[in-house]
Amino acid sequence: MATTTTVGLKSHTVEDKWCKGCGICVAFCPKNVLELENEIVVVKRLEDCIQCGQCELRCPDFAIWLGGK
Amino acid sequence: MASTLVKKYFREDTLPHIWCPGCGNGIVTRAIVKAIDSLGLDKDDVCIVSGIGCSSRAPGYLDFNTLHTTHGRALAFATGVKMANPKLNVIVVTGDGDSSAIGGNHLIHACRRNIDITTIVFNNNIYGMTGGQYSPTTPTGDKGTTAPYGNLDANFDLCELTKGAGASYIARGTAYAAKQLEKYIADGIKNKGFSFIEAITACPTYYGRKNKKGSAVDMLQTVKESAVMDKAWDKLTEEQKEGKFKIGKFHDVKKPEYTEQYGKLIESFNKGED
Repeated sequence: MATTTTVGLKSHTVEDKWCKGCGICVAFCPKNVLELENEIVVVKRLEDCIQCGQCELRCPDFAIWLGGK
Repeated sequence: MASTLVKKYFREDTLPHIWCPGCGNGIVTRAIVKAIDSLGLDKDDVCIVSGIGCSSRAPGYLDFNTLHTTHGRALAFATGVKMANPKLNVIVVTGDGDSSAIGGNHLIHACRRNIDITTIVFNNNIYGMTGGQYSPTTPTGDKGTTAPYGNLDANFDLCELTKGAGASYIARGTAYAAKQLEKYIADGIKNKGFSFIEAITACPTYYGRKNKKGSAVDMLQTVKESAVMDKAWDKLTEEQKEGKFKIGKFHDVKKPEYTEQYGKLIESFNKGED
């Protein structure tokens, strides 16, 4: 199921059915916004997010993206 | 649910894909789609052709005209598609083994003809799908299931190979620098002639495990650290080049394109010239 997290004008969506928990988005996020929980990425600190889109750029599974559903 | 990009260009019902967790193929596939999107091409005007291997699964997930062919023969099929309908933007998605071992002959001759096809090689230094056999791009000394004591062969530099064979646009990017790769792919599609783009990616399951390269994240980090832009590369000493590789746009020349030349020949026959 896709989960959208929103803070102010910023939002992030994760499709957990597609996430394989490789951790690439978590490792390359410059603001340490993401974490893995039960091998699925979760948006933990969206207030720190600068919406650079590096997670979306490098997610091999197209499971995380900027914006809502 | 999916992002706008995925909704527009992917066959959503086929996702999630079969690639292993952390496999760079997904990153490169997205870069291809982004490049097509940036050029504003109509989906019906694009044909994506692949052979066999992990990388060659990509067209199955993409919502264009797609063709999944036999091992190494993607370029042969793509040549047929392009000759039959020169207006199509033909893109070949292939792996290092598929393009340079089984399909090595097709690769050099497609380069020689300078036919307007854009080839993207997903170079993960190994045969992933068939179980980790070493490929022509496995670095000398590295291990594969068929090289348990290390590979004795010298590895191909695919960009040099295609340059020698006559391709008109050649670039190398990485899965880490996906944005740059996107640009190279878009420029390759725009180029009227044979474009060759080598995308360095990581296989954490076979190449990574066999050679103790760590997790998918570690491998992508290594790709990031080992890639040197071509201008900076020339300033490095031989010692500093050890374990690194150069990236960038290596070759971009104008040459007669094959389908155009063929069209001219047909036209001359129609006019009654001999």
